[in-house]
Amino acid sequence: METLQKIAVPLAAIAAFLAVWELIVWANGWPNYVMASPTDLPAAYVRFWELFLVMGWQTLWRTVLGLGLAVIFGTLLGMVMGFSRLAREALYPLLVGFNAVPKATLVPVLALLFIGQHDFNTVLMAFLISFFPIAVSVGIGLSTLEPEYRDILRALGASRFTIFRKIALPKTLPEFFGALKVSVTLAFIGTNLVEIVSPHGRGLGALFKSGETNGDYPLMFAVLIALAFLGIVLYYAVVLLERIFAGWAERPQG
Amino acid sequence: MNNLIEIKGVSHAYRTRSGPLPVLDNLNVTVPQDEFCAVVGPSGCGKSTLTRLVSGLMKPDRGEVWLHGERVTSPRKTVGMAFQNPVMLEWRTILENVMLPLEIVAPQMKRAEAEARACHLLEMVGLKGFEAKRPSELSGGMRQRASLCRAIVHRPDVLIMDEPFGALDNFTREDLWQTMRDLRAAEPFTCVLITHDLRESVFLGDQVIVLSGRPARTQYVLDVDLPADRTIDILYTPKATEMLHVLRDQIRIAQGRDGGH
Ligand SMILES: Nc1ncnc2c1ncn2[C@@H]1O[C@H](COP(=O)(O)OP(=O)(O)O)[C@@H](O)[C@H]1O
Ligand SMILES: [Mg+2]
Repeated sequence: METLQKIAVPLAAIAAFLAVWELIVWANGWPNYVMASPTDLPAAYVRFWELFLVMGWQTLWRTVLGLGLAVIFGTLLGMVMGFSRLAREALYPLLVGFNAVPKATLVPVLALLFIGQHDFNTVLMAFLISFFPIAVSVGIGLSTLEPEYRDILRALGASRFTIFRKIALPKTLPEFFGALKVSVTLAFIGTNLVEIVSPHGRGLGALFKSGETNGDYPLMFAVLIALAFLGIVLYYAVVLLERIFAGWAERPQG
Repeated sequence: MNNLIEIKGVSHAYRTRSGPLPVLDNLNVTVPQDEFCAVVGPSGCGKSTLTRLVSGLMKPDRGEVWLHGERVTSPRKTVGMAFQNPVMLEWRTILENVMLPLEIVAPQMKRAEAEARACHLLEMVGLKGFEAKRPSELSGGMRQRASLCRAIVHRPDVLIMDEPFGALDNFTREDLWQTMRDLRAAEPFTCVLITHDLRESVFLGDQVIVLSGRPARTQYVLDVDLPADRTIDILYTPKATEMLHVLRDQIRIAQGRDGGH
């Protein structure tokens, strides 16, 4: 009953959203070269289903790879900042500044630096845009660890590494997953940004671009919906991982 | 009886932005094996600092700390610690929390053996049936009981407690005093207890040390010659009341308020 509700309620919300969309298009009498309506979409999916699978897979693996790199690099950077005050003070302004730079400006820079390396550029952008929240959350999580937590093991002569593995790391997991939920969306945006902007790109972003070039509005909207779907899948994959590895942090609901 | 803890001429100062802050001044304390030493003193006088020095978490500027005839220069596995905050690891069950020190001190110990030891202690403090619960499912008093189990699960020579019952209500606190007494009757260990509750110090202590205001010196040592198998009622005997009076006066002096004005 409860699981049924958990699935049915969001599905109903999505159906309502599509209905309102259809209604607005119909009420305004927009032709599909101004604004496509949901009923235009199935035809686009049927016509291009192979392209959707191929391009969707490209977008997916680049996003996941970029995010994976961001997790590794962000965690390492967060550890450095969490354990060393000097590193924290040195790196923080630099990171904030880097994060503030609009990533769209990096696309031409990367394109010039690594000409023709479309896969590489895309993964790199997904990585660049998404490591910041992870680094910050791990850094803050480690540096704000209450001394008493450390002391219960330190008083027994445990090594720094043991304290990190048994206390600091698991204690930081909820913050880490909080950041990962933000990062996964960012990485996805980064991937699509490069796919859309680069000439001769690949992935769903490029498919969107080709829809635009050909004036195929139903295709463009079909891509947007596919992107939304992929984004949801990625996000809930992170939620699932969080349940598994940091489920203890969920307060029992009273 | 040999002295298990010897604190000889210990002085310590923290380096702060506004210069050194002397906290302990030529402190001398000895605790015989299996005795219970309660330490009271004004807030901020250096009691927590004392626990960190005895456990080897910090080194004193001057003087020496000896445990079991060995000079303490770094943390050692034969010490157990409990704090005012029971610091349970939320990602572990109560049982796994209690077993934590064994993973450090006796990594070669079989899991079943470690579990049996932890379960035994949990049963002794009245937490049987809560082994698989998460810390967030327990009350503050129950968490503190689990914290005590964790502090002694590896059979330390010395248990150092820094106001472990300070955040609990009065009845829970008295329950825990009795739990503490029962634990020590079952397997004796030497205790240092920091407290701000004079009744607690008299109920549990074999000696009560009153520290002066900061920088702390040993201002007064009270020998608690009450029988070992005490009940809460003993606090209402004339002898205990007399002791509480003496301690109260000493605290007043330590706070720099002679004569109770
Ligand atoms: N790490 C530290 N650095 C500087 N000052 C400290 C530090 N720890 C404690 N102090 C100061 O030393 C004094 C004694 O602290 P503490 O030993 O915690 O006192 P108590 O436990 O008796 O209340 C306090 O005034 C406190 O502010
Ligand atoms: Mg204190």
